[in-house]
Amino acid sequence: MDALNLTPAIAEIFLAGAATLLVLLAAFVEPEVQASRLMRKISIGALVVTGALTVSYGSVPGMAFGNLFMSSPFTVYMKLLVLAGASVVLLISRPHLKADNINKPEFALLILFSVLGMMVMISANDLMVLYMGLELQSLPLYVIAAMQRDSLRSSEAGLKYFLLGALSSGLLLYGLSLVYGFTGGTNYADIAGSLSGGASPGAVIGIVFMIAGIAFKISAAPFHMWTPDVYEGSPTIVTAFFAIAPKIAAMTLFLRMTYGMLGPVPESWQQVTIMLAVLSMVIGALGAIMQTELKRLMAYSSIAHMGYVLVGISSAIPSGISAVMVYLAIYVVSAIGVFGVILSLSREGVPVHRIADLKGFSRSHPMHAACMMIFMFSMAGIPPLGGFFGKWFAFLAAVEAGLVVLAVIGVLASVMGAFYYLRIVKMMYIDELENPLDVPSDSVNNLVIGISALIVALFIFLLGPLRDSIAATMPYIVFVLG
Amino acid sequence: METTWPILTILTFLPMIGVVFLLLIRGDDDVVIRNSRNVALWVSGFTFVMSLFVLFNFDPAVAGYQFEDRGIWLALDGIGYHMGVDGISMPFVVLTTLLTPLAILASWKSVTLRVREYMIAFMLLETLMIGTFCALDMVLFYLFFEAVLIPMFLIIGIWGGMRRVYASFKFFLYTLAGSVLMLVAMLYMATTAQTTDIPLLQEFAFSPAAQTWLFLAFFASFAVKVPMWPVHTWLPDAHVEAPTAGSMILAGILLKMGGYGFLRFSLPMFPEASVYFAPMIFSLSVVAVIYTSLVALAQTDMKKMIAYSSVAHMGFVTIGIFTMTEQGIAGAMFQMISHGLVSAALFFAVGVVYDRLHTREIDAYGGVADSMPRYAAFFMLMMLASVGLPGTSGFVGEFLVLVGAWQSSTLLAFLTATGLILGATYMLWLYRRVVFGRAEKEEVIAMTPLEGREMLIFAPLTVLVLWYGIFPGGLLDTMQPAIATILGHVADAADAMGTQ
Repeated sequence: MDALNLTPAIAEIFLAGAATLLVLLAAFVEPEVQASRLMRKISIGALVVTGALTVSYGSVPGMAFGNLFMSSPFTVYMKLLVLAGASVVLLISRPHLKADNINKPEFALLILFSVLGMMVMISANDLMVLYMGLELQSLPLYVIAAMQRDSLRSSEAGLKYFLLGALSSGLLLYGLSLVYGFTGGTNYADIAGSLSGGASPGAVIGIVFMIAGIAFKISAAPFHMWTPDVYEGSPTIVTAFFAIAPKIAAMTLFLRMTYGMLGPVPESWQQVTIMLAVLSMVIGALGAIMQTELKRLMAYSSIAHMGYVLVGISSAIPSGISAVMVYLAIYVVSAIGVFGVILSLSREGVPVHRIADLKGFSRSHPMHAACMMIFMFSMAGIPPLGGFFGKWFAFLAAVEAGLVVLAVIGVLASVMGAFYYLRIVKMMYIDELENPLDVPSDSVNNLVIGISALIVALFIFLLGPLRDSIAATMPYIVFVLG
Repeated sequence: METTWPILTILTFLPMIGVVFLLLIRGDDDVVIRNSRNVALWVSGFTFVMSLFVLFNFDPAVAGYQFEDRGIWLALDGIGYHMGVDGISMPFVVLTTLLTPLAILASWKSVTLRVREYMIAFMLLETLMIGTFCALDMVLFYLFFEAVLIPMFLIIGIWGGMRRVYASFKFFLYTLAGSVLMLVAMLYMATTAQTTDIPLLQEFAFSPAAQTWLFLAFFASFAVKVPMWPVHTWLPDAHVEAPTAGSMILAGILLKMGGYGFLRFSLPMFPEASVYFAPMIFSLSVVAVIYTSLVALAQTDMKKMIAYSSVAHMGFVTIGIFTMTEQGIAGAMFQMISHGLVSAALFFAVGVVYDRLHTREIDAYGGVADSMPRYAAFFMLMMLASVGLPGTSGFVGEFLVLVGAWQSSTLLAFLTATGLILGATYMLWLYRRVVFGRAEKEEVIAMTPLEGREMLIFAPLTVLVLWYGIFPGGLLDTMQPAIATILGHVADAADAMGTQ
């Protein structure tokens, strides 16, 4: 074992170095606004370079730091989703940083550190690394949630996120310690090896605690309480980031933990994930019905989406993994698009995000409304749009694994969910225009919305290549190398 | 006949070219409106001509699928792109391409708001409807079948009447709730049979236990679509609120997707379950035929009355299909085509007077024959076809269904025939109240006679209703081989059940 093989981790090492250097650089650029603009641009560049490094050095399956860190085509796929989500959020953030009064260089830098944490989470092959990645991911998020210092709601959101996040970290840590205690290892492979004879009751308790901790991070019901408040209170651009990148990272961690580390004992976690899936789908669908705020609605919508992803995971068979991979890809694209539209809503220069503000949207902004309609029908799972295929593969995996009842609950929840997506379409297309919104002038944002809508609408043509590339990662789904 | 080029794919996606043109139209509002109408009419008219070309090259004597067109789509998952038509789907394809231009003509003057978007929705709808009937891959079928909800939701929701929001939501959620259960069944079938190709699935023998559940799941979807009692309640709402053209398409094509689904999926793929559940279907259908006829009698709104009559007529269709006799299925098919023509014409007839008086209340009319004699003639013919007068297409379908029903059970035939009498009652009564009598109301006297455009819509429907009433042979011959194939599946299953 060559303990010093760092090749699989080159992208992360680069990102860590770049972020650290940028912190120093930011301190020397005056004035602050100038620094913010510069940092945003350099950060996007750094993320792109990280992506390139990830592809070129991470694609070869391998271990770094003495089996602590794993890289494979699978982790590359997930990291690219995270990087794409993060860089697009940075790309469209420019006018909103100013409007939300968070135009500080730290914004971009904190996102970089958080992304680094996510990449570590995805690649972690050891409980210690897992926890380190998770904390590195979470701490910057607490700060950017509360970044709008003069806003009470933003501070509240940051505090709430921090308190509940710390609680979940505590749960997770407790679970990790129990698993370590009962299996005698911290490395995924060692744990899997010692579990191959069955999990002892103590280890099962640890596993459940671990799952609860991660369920907080992916905001799966019943650990979802923080999500609507944090989504609503944070500046919208921050919410967009929350809705995309951390979800992917935590979900990947979840996948690697359940299928890899706990692969030998699916019976110890399958029931838990099924419960999480059912609750998330149902609560996500029901909770959204009464919402009047777009951001809260999106919070419940993301809870429901995580439920569908958990359906794929619950199948505990390999096609569940590919289902999750398809689902997350389409989720990232449509979340970017929807938040792009939400970010473009303002009236007389003041950002608005009530659902009722969308009344008559199709009259005043035909293109935006058309894109939003595509996203809504896609999220409702209506074919031939992208969202349908995410659900198709997730439920297919469930049915293949014999979980037909779970699939039935899932599809019925998706009908309930369709109601609130339809409500937005109704507001935009059926209701009369009362109070026109400003004309969105941010061409970058418009472009992002348009491209996302095209991807969602024409996903049918992208699906074949996507499935092929996912299939190519399949041989390396054996998480526990070495 | 084999053609070397993918004619069905071209036919299906031809209206999408119309969408592109519609998006490209520039100019001030009047120009956009005028050009949108023209583009939609020309494109759908051309699609119709193209479908006639397919029809004339279609060989009615061949049992299998024709003009098959395969492509690789999701090879890893065993999902392919597969299109083709047989004697069951061919008539529906032509019905779709015929009704779409007529529906566009019907909304020529009545739709003045957002004309471009309206036409885009109709072009999209046409593609999806043709696709539904041509798809020979289960997933592909589901894509088309389900995507129809989007344009239809918008057509009812944006261009509908007062309670359009309620009606469009009800339509969407009812239909979606039915089809998602079918989706789970499809997932199960894809997992079990390792294919989603419809011809292959029709050969696959699902275990009797699985068939029961799969049948019920598909039934949930098709029963809502048909619609069968008691899940029919979305239909009157949707029809009343939808614009005239929307109602024409809804009654003319969308309802037929349910009947088509039974013939394409339920009977050939789950024959044993179909035999097992036939009595349930008969009961529900008989209730539909009698109950909704009575409900139709009580209506004061013309559109609602015709909507309930649609439910009753589709009850005949489901009875015919599940008699599983040659006459019954042929009658059901014939009834669907006939109802497609007749109900579209009837809804248009309501639309014609609605455009003049802006009310659908029966009491607001009376003596329309005085001011609109030609309209009275067209309306009468369609009304009689709906009642099932010999010499019209309605008679052939209902007669064959009754013949089929008689072979299953005398009681069934008796109850079904009761529905016929009730049907005659409410339709004749409707006609008397609207058209006959002396025109006393000033608004009715002032109604303008049918204009050329409106006659142009009635004319082809009238010709076809009479043609199929007098010469049903051609259409029946087209369907015969496909029906024989379906019955072959059922007979095999019956043998298998007998030997067990």
